[in-house]
Amino acid sequence: MRGNAESHKLIAPGSLAEVLELLSSEPAEWTPIAGGTEIMVAYAAGRLCEKKLVSLWGLDELRFVETLGDSIAIGAGTTFRDLRTHASVESGAPLLAKAATWIGSIANQSRATIGGNLANGSPAADSSPALLVYDAEVELISVRGKRRIPYCEFHTGYKRNAMAADELLYAVHVPLRFAAHKQYVRKVGTRRAMAISKVALAGTALLKEGEVNEIRIAAASLAAFPARLYKTEAALRGGPIDRDTIREAQGALMAEAKPIDDIRSTAAYRSRVAANLLGEFLTELLAAEARP
Amino acid sequence: MSEIRPTISFTVNGEKHAVEAPPMKRLLDVLREDLHLTGTKEGCGEGECGSCSVRMNGELVNSCLVPALQAEGAWIETVEGLGKVGELHPIQQAFLECGGAQCGICTPGMLMATAQLLSVNPHPTIEEIREGLAGNLCRCTGFKRIFDSVAAAAGQMDSTVSMGGTHAG
Repeated sequence: MRGNAESHKLIAPGSLAEVLELLSSEPAEWTPIAGGTEIMVAYAAGRLCEKKLVSLWGLDELRFVETLGDSIAIGAGTTFRDLRTHASVESGAPLLAKAATWIGSIANQSRATIGGNLANGSPAADSSPALLVYDAEVELISVRGKRRIPYCEFHTGYKRNAMAADELLYAVHVPLRFAAHKQYVRKVGTRRAMAISKVALAGTALLKEGEVNEIRIAAASLAAFPARLYKTEAALRGGPIDRDTIREAQGALMAEAKPIDDIRSTAAYRSRVAANLLGEFLTELLAAEARP
Repeated sequence: MSEIRPTISFTVNGEKHAVEAPPMKRLLDVLREDLHLTGTKEGCGEGECGSCSVRMNGELVNSCLVPALQAEGAWIETVEGLGKVGELHPIQQAFLECGGAQCGICTPGMLMATAQLLSVNPHPTIEEIREGLAGNLCRCTGFKRIFDSVAAAAGQMDSTVSMGGTHAG
């Protein structure tokens, strides 16, 4: 069945204030649509349940990249095309810039927004692992004001998040304090473009005197939503990186991961490949440390 | 919910249009049905194949994923705006000479993706060509001749040829 344009309402109020007023006066009635790369697919297939849509496309108030002191503020309406071409994202949050290049294709990157990627809440979301290992925060907005929460607390379940019915994702804040960290991100999919990941892994780590001082590891497609791998991190924190600790950490990851079998891959493959990616990251970390 | 049928105004290939359409009607359908610009094709209808690629405000988009309302005020370029019979655009000429088209369904999208790529990167490497066209699927040619066409077009393009550039909408 195809979507019927007559059976869906779409409005474009033209300002963020008007959108927030609408979400407040009729909570849970309206579904925001930005670049439409998710919603229009469901619509075309005739499976879009939401009947009332409010457009965020073209709202300049949501499309910005600004360096504010010790972090980069990225408006929720910023497209992945914006992200991959922005010099301060490339220098300050290279893992995010890299993730932006592997989202869909050029045509998808022109339209897909970082806010849409997070609010949609796919377990495979491409920008999520990078944001998690940078300790990013998300800023939510409503007529009641703005509030910030750690991004790692944003997803609360499969396609569920911490936003109230009248709230909108306003911005993502990425701290700039990871420049000295070894950084890693890699996605494994059927092909480089237009592939939803089978699994993706990101990491940031800082060694001090040969021991792991700080480490953050996050994955997509290993659980119901993109998440940090805290037990795997704990297995590494405070110790050296060597062949034995790498093997132990890989074991911790495989015990902690909760992937599923689906159309794109199997749980067993996802766990094994995620462990291999972790091995690659830690081996690179070790090699970087060994360099004079 | 069909009471709202606004008039949506935009510019297509340099010409201003005002179309009365439901806001959720896909830009693809507006182009084909309302403006009779049938060069833009529908393949998958879900943003995977790139057959419906057009340029909107200087960016490549899948017109099957753009609700008409979001094209309000936009500057849109379709394959009909590239060249015409007897006066082909260098990209079209290159596809013709290199055998970059076979059945033809993907070709308008390939041409628009190429136009986008060359507008931001006039001398792409083969890797950049592959990335620029990665969202456009061809089931006939095996891509080699398409990539050859893009490389040939890049070699033939000169500064006197308008690529449409970028427009603020």
